[in-house]
Amino acid sequence: MTMAFHELRASYAFVERNINLVKRYWGWELVWMLYTIANSLAVVLIARGANTAVGGQPLSTAQVDTLILFLAIGALVWHYLAVVFQTVSEMISWERWEGTIEYTFMAPVRRGTHMVGTALFSLVYGFAHTAVVLVIVVLAFDLNMSHANYVSASAVLIAGSLSLVGIGIMGAVLPLLYPERGAEMTHVIQAALVLISGVYITASEMPEPLATISIFSPATYVIEGIRSALIDGEGFAELWPTMVGLVASGFLMIPLGVYVFSLGERYAKRTGRLKRSG
Amino acid sequence: MTVATTEPEQFRGLRIEVDPHARALEVDDVTKVFRQGPGLIGRMRGKREERKRVVAVDHVSFVVERGEIFGVLGPNGTGKSTLIRLMSTLLMPDTGRVRIFGLDVERDEAQVKRLINRVSVEASFFKKLSPMENLMYGARLYGVDPAYARRKVVEILTRLGLENRSIGSSMEDMSRGMQQKVAIARAFLTAPVLLLLDEPTTGLDPHSKREVQAAVRELRDTHEATVVLTTHDMQEADELCDRIAIVDKGRIVALDTPAALKDMVRQAGEAPPSLEDVFLRLTGKKLEEADKEAELT
Repeated sequence: MTMAFHELRASYAFVERNINLVKRYWGWELVWMLYTIANSLAVVLIARGANTAVGGQPLSTAQVDTLILFLAIGALVWHYLAVVFQTVSEMISWERWEGTIEYTFMAPVRRGTHMVGTALFSLVYGFAHTAVVLVIVVLAFDLNMSHANYVSASAVLIAGSLSLVGIGIMGAVLPLLYPERGAEMTHVIQAALVLISGVYITASEMPEPLATISIFSPATYVIEGIRSALIDGEGFAELWPTMVGLVASGFLMIPLGVYVFSLGERYAKRTGRLKRSG
Repeated sequence: MTVATTEPEQFRGLRIEVDPHARALEVDDVTKVFRQGPGLIGRMRGKREERKRVVAVDHVSFVVERGEIFGVLGPNGTGKSTLIRLMSTLLMPDTGRVRIFGLDVERDEAQVKRLINRVSVEASFFKKLSPMENLMYGARLYGVDPAYARRKVVEILTRLGLENRSIGSSMEDMSRGMQQKVAIARAFLTAPVLLLLDEPTTGLDPHSKREVQAAVRELRDTHEATVVLTTHDMQEADELCDRIAIVDKGRIVALDTPAALKDMVRQAGEAPPSLEDVFLRLTGKKLEEADKEAELT
């Protein structure tokens, strides 16, 4: 019990450290925020210009508004999931850049504690970051959110975050094993997820084999679930199968991620890969 | 025996019982070999070079008693840092065993981690963070009470010569000597029973070097810690260590007290030998030459 309490408290070390890093790198955070806002607005503007670009039978204002909302949700939810994935998968890259990896790996905390702390931070950070972008997008496009069910949307988001944390932990093994190129390899996973998860197009409408592959991405269900909650106002009654599926996927992905990471850590300690700073 | 020897109430959930008769450190026939050159992917991409086998630690055995300052003396690239990494759970030996207070570093890794701390030649800090932020991170990882840690950080760093305003400023603007003092303070804060120092004074000016050496002695005397120190500074080894192992090419070539090592090579009618002379007689080369040789290979 005492040990469990210690591990829980120790996980806060990673939260506090990362918050301090965000404060110290505030200039970079500002740039990152502006980049995200510009990116999200650019995607949503596609809907605004749909009529001019395509020609023919024009979309009604209501249809354009729905398209704007559809793209905005895709962009924002993907941003949140990407931040969660990136923060978790980069936990090793950060330590390598700073030269602290050996200190952290020598500390008397379980790797699970390290990951829980990083994951907690990623959820809070991802949520705060996305909330700021959301406010700006809503103000910029005067989005109609009158049907939105925010409670069920949040529940889907939280349930879906678990799987992304698990995939992120698996991704974190790459910078551990490949000090020079591991961080870039995690970006490949991220790019693959954005391609197959129906971020800007409904997954079922994607060309084969992407449509089939999209079934295996938890992000597909998160984005679809949140669209249903925010556009159609669906609540727990309609979305509970999605939520249960996402939670189950998270409970599978996180232990799998921790197991894969532990194999990678053991290999790194056998071959001396912890000390190289990449 | 309760291991957190000083102010144990400040260490929450981290005190562990160890065998009171166990030695501080036992290194038993340890070997570590690294393989360098193209890996599987490199070979698939057509790289034809042979993978080179580098023996970093070659059948090394020694014992360190509680409260000792034990030196590992040798040129660069001779396996000193590898030895320290093997003791600090960052590397696994290919053969042999390392035990710390009777605990096996592989099998009992979690418990061993609670007994040790390491200061390496490169100060491992989040450079944008301040000494206070870095040390609080360490304190939380080691289960030190945060309120106690905050007070203690200021106390230790001030004693080591850091000004109050530096404690809250980013570490990237600090000199290497200052950063190394913060690294020593971080080790002090967690009161390890086995402190592993991997060339802690390399690159420091003489004044900073003396301060770090005084801090090491103090840690041993006031915290009852055992210290393993790697260095290629002969004078430092001579002044600081109770016993010294001289290593060359991954092997221990001699191990004894500084005085006994000197006696080993003393010749009638000659001036009393220095540790440099001991190294020259035992390995056939000067330490500086061995360093240059290591840089070239």
